[in-house]
Amino acid sequence: MVSGAGADPAADALRLAEDVVGRAMRAGASEAEALVIADDSSLTRFANSEIHQNVAESSQTVNLRFVSGRRIACLSTGRHDDDGLRLLVERAAVVVRNVEELEDWAGLPKPDGASAVHPAATWSAATADATPELRADGVRAVISAADEAAVIAYGSFSTGTGAVAVANSVGIRAAEQRASSQLVTVSMSPEGGTGYAEMVALDASTIDAAAIGREAASKARATDKAVSLPPDDYPVVLDEYAVVDITDYLGYLGFSALAVQEGRSFVEIGKRIGSELVTVVDDGADPAGLPMSFDYEGVPKQRVTMVERGVCRGVVYDAQTAAREGRRSTGHGLPAPNPYGPFPFNTVMAAGTTSREELLGGLDRGLLVTRFHYTNTVHPKLMIITGMTRDGTFLVEDGRIVGPVRNLRFTQSYLDALAGVSAVGSSRKTIKGFLGGAVVPAVRIDAWTFTGATEH
Amino acid sequence: MRDLTDRALDTAESLGATYADVRIVRRREESIAVKTGRVEGVAMGETEGFGIRVIVDGAWGFASSDRLEAAEVDRVAGLAVRIAKASATALRRPVQLDDRPPAHGHYETPVKEDPFEVPLETKINDLVTADRRAAAVKGVVFTESLYAAQREWKTFAASDGSFTEQVITHIGTGLEANAIEGDEHQRRSYPDAGGGFRAAGYEFIREVDLGTHAEAYGEEAVALLSAPQCPPGRTTIVLDPSQLYLQVHESCGHPTELDRVYGTEASYAGTSFLTTDKLESGFRYGSDLITIVADATAQGGMGTFGWDDEGTEAQAVPLIQNGILVGYLSSRETAPRIGRRSGGAMRADGWNRIPLIRMTNVNLLPVPGQTLDEIVADTDDGLYLASNRSWSIDDRRLNFQFATEVAYEIKGGKKGRLLKNPTYTGITYEFWRSCDAVADESDWVMLGTPNCGKGEPGQVGHVGHGVSGARFRNVQVGVGKW
Repeated sequence: MVSGAGADPAADALRLAEDVVGRAMRAGASEAEALVIADDSSLTRFANSEIHQNVAESSQTVNLRFVSGRRIACLSTGRHDDDGLRLLVERAAVVVRNVEELEDWAGLPKPDGASAVHPAATWSAATADATPELRADGVRAVISAADEAAVIAYGSFSTGTGAVAVANSVGIRAAEQRASSQLVTVSMSPEGGTGYAEMVALDASTIDAAAIGREAASKARATDKAVSLPPDDYPVVLDEYAVVDITDYLGYLGFSALAVQEGRSFVEIGKRIGSELVTVVDDGADPAGLPMSFDYEGVPKQRVTMVERGVCRGVVYDAQTAAREGRRSTGHGLPAPNPYGPFPFNTVMAAGTTSREELLGGLDRGLLVTRFHYTNTVHPKLMIITGMTRDGTFLVEDGRIVGPVRNLRFTQSYLDALAGVSAVGSSRKTIKGFLGGAVVPAVRIDAWTFTGATEH
Repeated sequence: MRDLTDRALDTAESLGATYADVRIVRRREESIAVKTGRVEGVAMGETEGFGIRVIVDGAWGFASSDRLEAAEVDRVAGLAVRIAKASATALRRPVQLDDRPPAHGHYETPVKEDPFEVPLETKINDLVTADRRAAAVKGVVFTESLYAAQREWKTFAASDGSFTEQVITHIGTGLEANAIEGDEHQRRSYPDAGGGFRAAGYEFIREVDLGTHAEAYGEEAVALLSAPQCPPGRTTIVLDPSQLYLQVHESCGHPTELDRVYGTEASYAGTSFLTTDKLESGFRYGSDLITIVADATAQGGMGTFGWDDEGTEAQAVPLIQNGILVGYLSSRETAPRIGRRSGGAMRADGWNRIPLIRMTNVNLLPVPGQTLDEIVADTDDGLYLASNRSWSIDDRRLNFQFATEVAYEIKGGKKGRLLKNPTYTGITYEFWRSCDAVADESDWVMLGTPNCGKGEPGQVGHVGHGVSGARFRNVQVGVGKW
């Protein structure tokens, strides 16, 4: 249950948003927008094959965008009692007088009849009903799988529900309940092997904890007694857990309209950045991901094709960046104030036709990488990223895994990597990305530049 | 407050908790974002709530809420107990806490000029004026400047009788100039990347004085566009405090967190190579010049407080003494496992998060003898690296790679031409062992980061780092293909 909510948390959140908009308008705003995010989340964390942290949280935040002409003030509060809301609006009315005008302010987004909110399947009763005992059951299943393989289990099992509502003074009304659940585990063996597995789902009851436990445990055993490999250029097969890092950075560095408008993006519409096999869209309605119907400005999410067969086709917009180009928002706004710009929350990479065996079969001598760790941008416009491999890196020769190797550091242009995609897996996984759920396949890439090594 | 904390503790104990603590936290935040000379946003936020942490049957439970009402306190205490009982079904090592004495008292960050009392107009004007100076530099495409202040009122009570109240104020500001040409995007930040932050009042903003430095940093961002690429190779590097603090943060601060050493972060951020056997064996972490202390009493640091979030008094804990591993950042649960009491490093990101072992102020102590300028003058050939641009380190904190915004070539003891896109990489203990000079007290400055991420659900920590600059030999630079 959302804190303080009745039978319909989304309707409660929308009523609260409308109340705040009304208060702001009565306080002299020329336009006003209220975003209400109600969150009810729990997380059970385990390490050394035991639960060591188990938490629950209920919260509700109100964000107010108070507009006076071309002046905008953004304030938020965790208080939703009458005094808290009154203080929020009073402060906003003061702040807005001290802010300069935004010359190109285009106004708050208006409802668009042609693209009214189409509710996505964003809710799961099973996730809402998840108990500490259910999460503990899942954790015990992971630990049992680890015990059977004589490895140690670490990880977390989270379940969360909430309501998001947006109302503004020019007619936007959007509200929905959302849910998500995630089970992540790393297994470690006494011989030094480590393995990773993750499952993300709208419906917590569909998470197969035992299967996730077995996947990580078997990979941990497979990486026992890893050997050193000199850093060099190698062809690679990246598992889905690694591919999500590439799609995340595409959104983070490139496919935001603001990044393009400021000249900090590598994106040019019509420019080829990947091989013919690479197609990436943002789709808030894809049931394989973590769907959402509208963004944090209440604008319905449009399906945006970012990369089609390797060619840049479109970027995502919020209301302000769209207005600068005389177009409509694609529904990718973040909560205001947002100096970073719009963001693709629901990245989906198209599956290919290649089986996992065929992906590996295409490597004469290369590496299979389970996931990346602690990646960061070295050069944004060239999309050069550095990071480490982690929890399962293997040498592949003549299409077969010959053994585990110690983790390697890479310093690699992800643009060059996309251009070098020579095969895309036929199955996909749903994985938590930077800001939402991503749906990605495994890929084979002709060359990947490893620049360093570590001791494990 | 006392009514609510008593009720929380009584309820938890009546339901079976053998230990309970409760934190009531009110947080007020204010920030101003300026982009290319105009205000992008003024944000103010306020949040208040409480979190109850309990031990039942040897296992932890935690629950929180933003409704400070008696009935809600009862519900949340009950939920925390229920969660702890669920935890106990997958438990191998019952929790045992150290025997620290109960905590009592009041602490406030010393503040000369209350940032929440300074008129908003003044704060906006100070920031916009500085930003416009950088934006006016020919070739600067966009600038971003920020001001941020946060104040927390924290009440802590525990079933051992502890009761403390604290008011913690943090403040920061920074400016970033960006120059873009073709595929090249260069930036320079002042006072360092992401801004400079302190536990202080608005007097710190005046001390940073963005406006005086804005133009020079804008000019340097533009100059970097046409600077030569930093060449690959092994060389001597001198790290400016604006980069050295993050080197300390990533390669000493995080690996000395004892919860990480014991594996409780393994599935997320990773573990640590500084296992406890290395404490017993006196592991050589760095050269004799390296002494690193976690000091929660240091003036102005964002890791300074009266008590941590489980009621342990602020203290200075040696981590590395003359190059040897001698201690860890610890908690009441982890410290007894190495035969010690908590070092007081448990910190939570607000009322709705459980305390975790976090850095306080992890400081590299200065070494008398040479200023930073004298170290440069004493260097025949190498690079002077300043202001972080990116960071990455492996899951045991061994293999790291950093990029900085700028490198200055050092030739014959003098800083010379600019080099763009500098990077350096190494293995933590090899790198710190290669340190042959640490600058003295005159260059020592308290820096820090307001965005240290850790834990699940994610927590953002404010931590401090006092550093003075240092020199390292035979370091790999210019990594990757350019």
